[in-house]
Amino acid sequence: MKAGKLILILGAGGLFGAGLAVSGMTDPARVIGFLDVSGAWDPALLLVMAGAVGVYGLGMLVLRRVGGRSLKLPSGVSSPIKGGLVIGAAIFGVGWGLGGFCPGPALANLGALRAEALLFVPAMAIGMFVAQRFFGADRQS
Amino acid sequence: MDHYTLLNPVIGGILIGAASLLATVLSGKIPGISGVFGRLLVPATPDKAWRAVFLLGLISGAALSFALWQSAAFYRPMRPLAVMAIAGLLVGFGTRLGGGCTSGHGVCGVGMGARDSIAATLIFMGTAMATVFLYDRISL
Repeated sequence: MKAGKLILILGAGGLFGAGLAVSGMTDPARVIGFLDVSGAWDPALLLVMAGAVGVYGLGMLVLRRVGGRSLKLPSGVSSPIKGGLVIGAAIFGVGWGLGGFCPGPALANLGALRAEALLFVPAMAIGMFVAQRFFGADRQS
Repeated sequence: MDHYTLLNPVIGGILIGAASLLATVLSGKIPGISGVFGRLLVPATPDKAWRAVFLLGLISGAALSFALWQSAAFYRPMRPLAVMAIAGLLVGFGTRLGGGCTSGHGVCGVGMGARDSIAATLIFMGTAMATVFLYDRISL
């Protein structure tokens, strides 16, 4: 990838990290507040997802119309739902509920050198490595 | 933006969606965070540069926001560090086995109406809610 494109992708990453922080998704109490349906339920995560899904979904529709073949876009076609997806998503959810971190917010909290993130991110890397090395989860999308 | 209001999640969600869209156009891939990060750990991955730069941007953008706005800097850890380490292992393993996380499946896949991503999102939301429900009742 050329240098100009890499600068733009640095900006995209910056917007993503700002979005996570501004939305409150880097605060584990807010995320767990959403997941805790039996407690004082916090709707913030639902609003974040709705906004992000809406912008991304609409944006991709427009780009496919306007950009046509000049843009190299991922197909977005669903793969068959297999056991790995079901089991992996279930395990991910258990970890998410335990820690209140999913991958984006965990990385974002490295930006404040928070102890939980400094421990969580290396553990996450080990988990990813094991899945990719020994469970064949490294195929390119 | 000193006080957290409903505008925070609305603005933040729009930023995350727009950033994902931009990264998709630039990379030609679905820029889910677990996939972007996980494939950096595979030696054979050919396109490591944009992945590393994107994640560097993510960390920097968050750090800048923490410094600029009080409402972005709220941080209330809920679990002991030992639990966080176990949670990290499960999140890493599960997101790669399941082919995505909250961003790749939850934002991008759901945004494109992909059935596998909708299924994955319902599953991880469900097990996460069940885990929080049980954690508060079982933990010592």
